[in-house]
Amino acid sequence: MTNQDKVKEPLFHIVKRDAIPARKAWGIRALAILLALVVCAIITAVLTKDNPLSIYATIFKGAFGSARKTWVTFQDLSILLIISLALTPAFKMKFWNIGGEGQVLIGGLAAAACMIQLAGKMNNVMIIICMIVTSILAGAFWGFVPAFFKAKWNTNETLATLMMNYIATQLVAFYTVRWEVPKGSGKIGIINQSSELGWLPQIGNKYLLSIIVAVIVTTGMYIYLNYSKHGYEIAVVGESENTARYVGMKVKKVIIRTMLLSGGLCGLAGLLLVGGINHTVTTTIAGGQGFTAVMVSWLAKFNPLTMVFTSFLIVFLGRGAGEISTRFGLNHSFSDILTGIILFFIIGCEFFIYYKINFRKSNKKEEEK
Amino acid sequence: MDKKQAAVSLRNVTKTFGSVVANSKVNLDIYKGEILALLGENGSGKTTLMNMLSGIYFPDEGQIFINGKEEVIRSPRDAYSLGIGMVHQHFKLVDVLTAAENIILGMEGKLNLKAATAKIADICNRYGFEVDPNRKIYDMSVSEKQTVEIVKVLYRGADILILDEPTAVLTPQETEKLFNVLRNMRDDGKAIVIITHKMHEVESLSDRVAVLRRGEYVGDMITADTTAQEMTDMMVGHSVTLNIERPDPVNPKPRIEVKNLTVRNEDGIVKLDDVSFTANSGEILGIAGISGCGQKELLEAIAGLQPAEAGSISYIDDNGEHDELLGKDPLKIAAMGVTLSFVPEDRLGMGLVGNMDLTDNMMLRSFRRGKTVFTDRKAPKHLAEDVVRDLEVVTPGITTPVRRLSGGNVQKVLVGREIASAPTVLLTAYAVRGLDINSSYTIYDLINQQKKAGVAVVFVGEDLDVLLEISDKILVLCGGKVSGIVDGRTTDKNTVGMMMTRVGGGKLSD
Repeated sequence: MTNQDKVKEPLFHIVKRDAIPARKAWGIRALAILLALVVCAIITAVLTKDNPLSIYATIFKGAFGSARKTWVTFQDLSILLIISLALTPAFKMKFWNIGGEGQVLIGGLAAAACMIQLAGKMNNVMIIICMIVTSILAGAFWGFVPAFFKAKWNTNETLATLMMNYIATQLVAFYTVRWEVPKGSGKIGIINQSSELGWLPQIGNKYLLSIIVAVIVTTGMYIYLNYSKHGYEIAVVGESENTARYVGMKVKKVIIRTMLLSGGLCGLAGLLLVGGINHTVTTTIAGGQGFTAVMVSWLAKFNPLTMVFTSFLIVFLGRGAGEISTRFGLNHSFSDILTGIILFFIIGCEFFIYYKINFRKSNKKEEEK
Repeated sequence: MDKKQAAVSLRNVTKTFGSVVANSKVNLDIYKGEILALLGENGSGKTTLMNMLSGIYFPDEGQIFINGKEEVIRSPRDAYSLGIGMVHQHFKLVDVLTAAENIILGMEGKLNLKAATAKIADICNRYGFEVDPNRKIYDMSVSEKQTVEIVKVLYRGADILILDEPTAVLTPQETEKLFNVLRNMRDDGKAIVIITHKMHEVESLSDRVAVLRRGEYVGDMITADTTAQEMTDMMVGHSVTLNIERPDPVNPKPRIEVKNLTVRNEDGIVKLDDVSFTANSGEILGIAGISGCGQKELLEAIAGLQPAEAGSISYIDDNGEHDELLGKDPLKIAAMGVTLSFVPEDRLGMGLVGNMDLTDNMMLRSFRRGKTVFTDRKAPKHLAEDVVRDLEVVTPGITTPVRRLSGGNVQKVLVGREIASAPTVLLTAYAVRGLDINSSYTIYDLINQQKKAGVAVVFVGEDLDVLLEISDKILVLCGGKVSGIVDGRTTDKNTVGMMMTRVGGGKLSD
């Protein structure tokens, strides 16, 4: 450019990318994680004066420091993965089910109810069958209610599913008082501690059951979404209800059916939490995973296989963060800060996958060439 | 022409979107006191080029000179301050505000509605607009909304005016009115650019035409010195025949019989009022009307997507048996053995799924086949390959999401799928809207082939010239009522235009 006068070109402009090669996209994501670690390291060094590298080593140890820790990491991963997979068909349908928390809780409550109420009335196998059926049905019902209102009167599913969470929490709180052991303690405690009635059977060790269920659900969900007629209907309804109607799909039926599945799977996660892992029920047993799962599912772009990695990332960070707060005597909030920074970078980098930024300088250089 | 001063000069302007080159080294001059028609097929980069002038896009390379001085246009605000205003294809108005409020929206300085109203009245008087500044936008017809858009641009002091396909939504009478206003503005010394596909409009309105092809500037001509044929050839790059075939119907028999059909929309507004007609096999029934006069509801009612309040829609098979279609959904209609194909107006919002690839879109009609719970993608894949080959769909592959295809190719995919099921009834809504000449003629050919195969075709169109050339019969809708049914071979544009604005036609003063 010859004219150097006051032609003010903007410093940069944002341009939408055409499809980006998968390798490059993953490169951007890897770079984002690396950058996140660098930023975390700087913040750690400045705020705590601890060596960031030893903090990272501790994070890793927190997740994989011992055989037990490794098993727990994989167990946590399994539960989060199942809940994320449960939400995925609903999300693919653009039905914003943020009621995973409540659906898990109500499933867990149903399992606990069976354990408490049926103990001594039937044998262990029958109790476990009842637990499986009722917890899945309870979760499915919690999914059905918002779906029915959405299908019938087009109510907002985000609000409805969210509100159902509070109902579930209050129900659990109510029954905690009802069933508290010992009286006045305000909690249920381990149910059937001596008889172990209604405790889900251990396969190998006490962690493996959840992991096996997670593997089955992941495979099943992948096939269901990608190769079944139902999965195809979910995708079409999610993309365009008009198109679905145009080819004669029953949109209302698809919405209700999908939410029954979504809620039912959350109920299954509740069953595993109560019957398999904790053997008790509290209002916080889902631990916010119903919400974390929303992020896991989104990060994986609703692909069940990718979800294994995204849920691993979240669980790994969470467990590592817990470890540093105890090891270094840091406030637990500090580990939350680190997790937040890492997630910010991971989610933020998606912008650079869809857009690129052209700077003024680089433009001029090209012209000179 | 040389004596005139160029209001705008584009020099070597290039714009790319990802790997797609929308404009490549375009040089174009726009003069004051002239109406320039910008011609080009779909995807030839007309709108992109004009969007760079109006500050919506920023060019990758090249210079823009306004009145001889190089300028950088970074935002619509920059464009306004340089006197450039664009009227977009899709109006950008706030429905609940009045015309005057919309016109001053976003302007700096003290709010003075009274002064604004006076200035608007002044602009209207000068160029012959008719607009009531105090009316709300939601009360206005499409042409009134467009007037507001134009006044809005003039109010901001634009003397370079760009209109992107302004006549797509207007009746012939409204179009003529708009053209008169534009001529007044030209005589006032303004530079006007109009983007259009319609040749006869170019001929009647413009002083000069500039042609773009595949993002490149091909050349310009004085309109008076050229012909529609020459301009079309220049746009396409090779010569094309401009006549639409209209074979005589062979053995037409009643196929769809609509009787006293009345439809209300969700808000309880009557969209179709006592509509009766018969569509014959082997014939094309054209439906004319201003947009929003019940065309959509009519086709959707036949296709089983729109419940009706009263009336009946019968399907008559080859043996003369009547079957009622009303009250049945698309699945039930198909189960009756009626193969009814429907090319809806909203291609990506109704006919296809934009984010799905060609195979999955082919599967929309057939995914239920097979007894297993799993889908079979083999047959749809073959169909996708066939459609791509037979209809010359330009696509990187059958695994490309259809939203990435250009308008014409999207329509080929949709029409290809719909006629693949060997229908007996074919409903099409605005089948060539937004398509370039080449693609349009491919679609006309496909529709004519269906007609020759004995299909009853219902063709909802907006370009009267096309409707008059392709239809055997034309049904004119006006405000949901049947304004009349005329023979496509004997009627003329004026008659149909009159019927569009007034039931039964006739002059407004009658």
